[in-house]
Parts: sequence; structure tokens; C-alpha cells
Amino acid sequence: MKRLPTSLVLLVAAAAYLAASLLVDNAYHQLIFTLVLVWASFGLAWNMLSGYTGLVSFGHAAFFGLGAYACVLGQIHLGLSPWAMIPLAGAIGAVAGLLVGLPTFRLRGHYFALAMLAYPLALLYVFEWLGLQEVTFPMQREHPVRYMQFADPRMYTVVAMAMLLVFVQLTRYVERTRFGMALLAIKQNEAAAEAAGIDTLRWKLRAIAASGAIAGMTGAFYAVVLLVVTPVSVFGMLVSAQALTVAMFGGVGAVWGPIIGAAILVPLGEILHAELGAAYPGIQGVILGIAIVAVILAAPEGVYWKARDWLRARREARGGAAAAPLAAAPSAAADAALAQRAGALAAGGATARPAASGEIILDVQSVSRSFGGLKAVQDVSFQVRKGMILGIIGPNGAGKTTLFNLLNGFLKPDAGKVLLHGADMAGKKPHVLCEAGVGRTFQIMRPFMRLTVAQNVKVGAYVKARSEEEAEALAADAIARVGLADSAGKVAAVLTTRELRLMELARAVAGQPELLLLDETLAGLGHGEVDDVIAAIRGLSAAGITIVIIEHTMQAMVRLVDEFLVLDHGAVLAAGEPQAITRDRRVVEAYLGKKWSAKHA
Amino acid sequence: MTELQIHLEAFLQALAAGVLVGGIYGLMCVGLAMIFGIMRVINFAQGDFMMLGMYVTYFLFVLVGAHVAAGSPMGAYLSILLMVPVMFAVGYLVHLGLISRVTGRRGAALEGEGHYAQLILTLGIALILQNGGMMLFGPQLMSLRTPLSSSAWEIGPLWGDFVSVFVNKGRGIAALISLAAIAALGVLVNRSRLGKSLRASADNPVAASYMGIDVNRAYRIAFALGTCITALAGGLLATNYPFHPFVGLEFVIIMYAGVVLGGIGSITGAFWGGMAIGLVQQLSALVLPTQLQNAAIFVFFLLIVTLRPQGLFGRSAERT
Repeated sequence: MKRLPTSLVLLVAAAAYLAASLLVDNAYHQLIFTLVLVWASFGLAWNMLSGYTGLVSFGHAAFFGLGAYACVLGQIHLGLSPWAMIPLAGAIGAVAGLLVGLPTFRLRGHYFALAMLAYPLALLYVFEWLGLQEVTFPMQREHPVRYMQFADPRMYTVVAMAMLLVFVQLTRYVERTRFGMALLAIKQNEAAAEAAGIDTLRWKLRAIAASGAIAGMTGAFYAVVLLVVTPVSVFGMLVSAQALTVAMFGGVGAVWGPIIGAAILVPLGEILHAELGAAYPGIQGVILGIAIVAVILAAPEGVYWKARDWLRARREARGGAAAAPLAAAPSAAADAALAQRAGALAAGGATARPAASGEIILDVQSVSRSFGGLKAVQDVSFQVRKGMILGIIGPNGAGKTTLFNLLNGFLKPDAGKVLLHGADMAGKKPHVLCEAGVGRTFQIMRPFMRLTVAQNVKVGAYVKARSEEEAEALAADAIARVGLADSAGKVAAVLTTRELRLMELARAVAGQPELLLLDETLAGLGHGEVDDVIAAIRGLSAAGITIVIIEHTMQAMVRLVDEFLVLDHGAVLAAGEPQAITRDRRVVEAYLGKKWSAKHA
Repeated sequence: MTELQIHLEAFLQALAAGVLVGGIYGLMCVGLAMIFGIMRVINFAQGDFMMLGMYVTYFLFVLVGAHVAAGSPMGAYLSILLMVPVMFAVGYLVHLGLISRVTGRRGAALEGEGHYAQLILTLGIALILQNGGMMLFGPQLMSLRTPLSSSAWEIGPLWGDFVSVFVNKGRGIAALISLAAIAALGVLVNRSRLGKSLRASADNPVAASYMGIDVNRAYRIAFALGTCITALAGGLLATNYPFHPFVGLEFVIIMYAGVVLGGIGSITGAFWGGMAIGLVQQLSALVLPTQLQNAAIFVFFLLIVTLRPQGLFGRSAERT
């Protein structure tokens, strides 16, 4: 079956919805048709920030309310029509988003969510204090259409649909491009995203600006539909909750989620209110609450995701045979990849590495960092020459990972310099260092679980790629270089430890680093697997990448590195060639204790 | 009275009001901290459980008043005492039937560690409680009148014949009971075996379960305790604050602000967070118009949270 282009399906669905709304002549039912679209738009606004970045906002009413008040005050004081004020409200919402985002993005998780709650509530009381308890649009009998005061309520549905279509297309554009990938990477793992060269703050600000703009425009239109604006109706907690509810009910992080949520919950709530609200006040809320609770217990991830997973499972169960030819194509590619991997292994085995030159890439000068009283890294200096593999070893707690965090920008040194090609990078952000050519992997692996290997690696490629195609090409190349081409289509959640390590390696390689920092890349691997990963690292080194690798076991490292740097209690204990280091008395003491060293002296 | 004396009296009066209100806010926040701090669940229905606690207290008060302690101020406090176990049971059952399905191990498998599902589930519960309350109890304002609500202790005069502070007896007793309840909870959490299992489950649920702690049970007890402590604060508040089915909405935000101010995960912090909110609310009345009193709370909250993201008592721990 050929799939129709989504835009076409969307237009047909929109036309059908409008046709249905034209058939309704009851004004209240007409209003419901419009409100579904309004709350779907508002849900999309929320989803743009919270759905994709995972930073849940309880305060989207702030943008909504500012838009609503801008619209009504603009008409009263400046004589501007809503046709002009709705786009302007979008600009106001975007600016408000930036102003809110700048301080609030310093917070994470629940703190972010709850801090967002404070903005609309503070605004609510300020608008009450300003005496704007109830502001009504002045009637424009001369030019009703010019002021969006339609005699036929169906016109509002048409305008709302046009706005929703714009927001849907905007969301779909974000989903497809590096914008959406960056947001997803932030959602899954902010530190990894930052280390993969994503300027997380900038992308989050873009997301909240877009989100605020949509919310502001929606609020402005909502004000026009209701004709009256009160602080509670646009800044109230229930308004923020509405965005959350339609999006979470429908499914977070998908363009269709908020639309499904609004299409179900808004008519349900309104009809219950109209039918039962007068007779038994409160019963509509109880039934709506029970419906929400029941659906969430059955589909905690939201209606859209539940339905999608169910359809997928059914298709797989039914079309097992039909899917087979599809699987054949990737397997040919897999064969090619296997051959390539064998080649990479052979290359690694032969250690066809170019001789290290004398050029110093990284010059670390007396770097120190303490946490409270603990001196995690003290006065560490060393140099990394182009093309070498430097091994940093030391017992647990020696300060190895802290040192890496200082080198790639997660931590700022208390003292000392980190010179990259002579320029001091100490205290620069991780994504800046990534752009400058420092890639890194993590001791605790940080894969983006819901993305495939290819997508995971593509996130790392954006830092150097200018287009989507280039990013894909760089990613494919990096995946082949670590020998993971046969797993490129797998979702990260199903990978083995070996594959995850290689994928992390590929993600760092995709950013075309000059210097690669590997944090215990061999940890948790079995014997054969260690050889695979070492071969991959050798291959990268052969291709000219300079490597610094942390390990706490020496065995595997002796075969790999050109030089060792031994850390103990945060300070450099020894440095030099592997053979010399393994015989160094102080190193043996640090690892095995004084007694052992005395006995074997 | 000189101008200075007038200002001083107004300040001391606002300070006293802040401490008394803050004591009750602190208790509410401690109840929420049990849930939010230990289980990391954002419970939007917390304010509505408090509302339920107020109504349960009210009906017990009517019963007790008719049979046991007619006319005595003890009736209100006796009914508050009886309400607490009722609300413990309510919390226990809500967790058993609903919350546990999207938290703990079942929640961990969901998108965003189940936070989305938890949020909307508790929003649904809040809707049911508010509107159910509307159906059962009606929209009118209720209050729990005790003879103490309308009498006050006078402290002073402190400066010559002037500068007296009046402490409403109802509020004073409520603040004292709050302190006692928090002290009792502190002993329970810090000294008892149950408290240890709660703290272990909060700190690292996986490790706790390896140590043989029934983490789900610990969460259930934490939820039930959190519910009944906030309800206790509600019962105390009801002696001098009129309430209605949607009263929870007014306080749930104050509770979260207090918990975040104190630092998520810290129970003592939550109390001081609530106290800080009470003080800001009452003291801001000296310089701001009344409409902006609540705006001041949120501005203060935003300032603290941006300047000190881990809260006043929280620890910041982030690992790469």
C-alpha cells in the first residue's frame, strides 16, 4: 500500500471537519467546534517545548494570557484589529518565552516545572491589581469583518482551523529537522547532547520562543472568540492545566497527541457541562475526571502512542511474511558492513598508524578542582601530541573522570589552563569544545534510548554538518568506521553493551573530532568484546584522530597506548611509556599497596 | 502613639500573623514533602485532599458536637484528631488503587519515568474531588467555629502603654499543634524502623529493594502519611478560615512553592519553606496593596529558585 503524503491527509481531514461544522446551526455546538481547535493549538504550543525537550511547563497560561490581553488592549487603546494583533501577540509570546526561559532554564526537572507555575499566577494578580478584571472588546458595527467580529460563528471555526494548520506544519517541520533532533537529544540526555556539540541553551530558547509564540496567538484568538478577557480565564491554573491535559491525554512528543486529546476531551467536557451542569453542579467534572483517570490507567503514555504501538504490533503479527522482502535489503548492506568491519579489524591488527608528530594539540597546565574540601584534581599538567594515544589510569576515585569533565567543559577548573592549539578553553561550555574538535564518550553510557543507532550518531554529526544529508552521511561514515553498520537501524534500547560502547564512539566520531576523550570505554566488556573495541579505537587512531583514554585496568591498555599518565588522589603520580610505567614502584604501590611492592621488590 | 510606634506595632502584628500562618503552611508543605520528596510524584490533588480533610473534620465536628463535647472548644480539636486516621486510609487506598499503577517500577518503564502519567492522573483525581465535593457539599462557604476563633491573647503593651500584639487563640493553638505534629513526624522518620525504610526508599529505591525493603509499601505509607498530614493542616486551618470545595486550588501552589523553597527531599526544609511563604505573604501586606500580596509570594519564589536552584535546605548533586 502506498502511503498518501501526510499534508494531503491533513488538508482532507481539515476540510471534512469544516464541512461538519458547517452543518451545525446551534451556536453552542459551533463554539465547541472552535474550542477544540483552540485547545489543540494550545496543546501544540505546550508540546513544542515540553513534549520535545521533556521540560514540563506548568505555566503556559503566561503566554496565552499575555496574548489575550495584548489583543483586547490593542484594540481598545490603539484601535488595532485582531487581524494585526494576533500575529503581534505571537511576537509578544515569543519575547515572553525568551524572558522566562533565560532565568528558568537554569533549573531542571521538577524545579523547572514548578517554577513555570509561578509566572502566570504572578501575572494574574498583577493584572487584577492593574484593574483589568474584565475587559471587553468594543463592538465595531461599521466594519465587523475587519475587526474579526463575524455574524456567522462558523467563520471563527475557519480561522481557528487555518491557525491550527499553520501550527501543525510548524511542528512537523521541527520534528523533521535538526531542531527536533536537538530537542529530543536534550530530552533524553542533556549532558550527552551538550557533549555532542548541541548548544542546549540556544535550542531550548528557540523552542520556548516558538512555543510562546503559538500560545500567544492562540490566546489572542481565544479572547476574540469569547469577547471578554478576565485574569482567571486566561492566566488561571486551569488554563495551564488544559494544555497539559490535552497533550498528555493524547500523547506527548507527537504532533497528533494534543489534537487527539483536544478532540476527545473538549467536546466531552463541554457537552457534559451543558447537559448535566445545571441539574447536578459538579457532575460534569466528576465524569470528566473519571474518564481521564480511566484512560490514563489504560494508556499511561497517551492515546496516540498506545494506538500506534497497538497498530504496529497488529501489523507485525499479520504481515510477518510481507515484511520479509523488506528485511532482505538491509541484510545485503549488513554483509557489506561485515566485510568493512573485517577490514577495519585487520587494519587495527596491523597497527598501521602514522607516527605521532611532535605537534602539541592539548596542553594542560596545572589544572586543579576541588569539591568542598575534597581536592579531586590538583595541579595536573600534561601534553597531548597529535596522533598519539594517551592512557590515563589510576585507581577508583583518582580523579580521572573529573579531569575529563574539566577538559571538555562540564566543569570549570579552580585554577590552571587547558590550552587547545594554544587557546585557553578552561570553563568553555561542552558544545563549544565539541565544535573546537574535542569529542567525548561517557563512563556511564548516555545513549538516546528511543532513537536508532543511525539517529543517535546523527545527533553527533550536526555539529559539523550544514544539512540533513551531510549529517546522515557523516553519521553513516562514523558508524562504518567503528564497525557497527549492521546495527545501524536498531533502536538503542535493544543494543548490547559492546554495541552501545561502539555507538557512543561513533557518535563522538561523527562530530569529526581532532581529539577524542574516551571515558572507560572498555568497562563492562568481556574479553572478545574488548578486542573489538580496541580494534575500533586503533582504526580511529590510524585515521589520524588523537585519543585520550581513561581506564583503571592496565592490561588492555598496555597494548593500546603510546604513553600513560597515572593519577592518584587527584595528582599526577607518574607519566611515560607503558613499559616504564608498569615497573614504576610508586604506580605498583598505588595499585597494589605497599606490602605487595615490598615483597616483590 | 508616635508614628514609629504605629509602624512598629503594624510590623510586629504582621510578623506574628506570618509566623502563625507560616506554621500551618509549613505543616501542609511537610505533608506534600512526604509525597513529593520521597516518591518524586507531583500530586496536583494534594490541595483537594486537604479540602476533603476539612469537610471530614466538619462532619465529625457536627457529630462530636451533638454527642460528646457540645459547646466546648475541645470539640473541634477532637474531630481533627479523629479525621487524621480517616485521611490516612484515604491516602493509602488512593495509592493502592491508582497512584501505584504509574509510579515505582511500573512508572519507570513509561515515557519520562511515568511523570506525565502521574501528572495527568493526579489532575484527574483533583477534578473528581473538587467536583465531587461540589456535588456532595454544595458551593457555600463553611467554617468550623470554635469559641477560640474569636478571642485573642494580648502580648504587651511592649513600649510604654502602646505597641501590643494580638494573637488569635485559634491560630495560636493551630500553630502549636502544627509544631507538635512535625516534631512527632520527625521522630518517626529519623528514629523508627519505618522511617529508615522511607528514607532508604527515597534515597535509592533500587538499592533499598535489594536490602529487603518493600519499596512499594514504603511509598504507600509515605503517600498516606503525606495525605493525612496535609489534611491535618487543613483541619487546623478550617478553625479560622472559611472553606469550599475548590479551596485546594488556593493552597496547592503555596505548598509546592514551600517545598521547592525548602529543597525537594528535605522535610525540615519544607517546613521552613512554608514558614517563609507565610511570612512573605503577611509582611508584604505592609508595603504592597492586598491584590499584590500573592504576586509577592510568586516573585519571591522565582527569585529564590533562580538564585539557589537546590532550595534553602536541599543538596545539589549532579553527576556526569
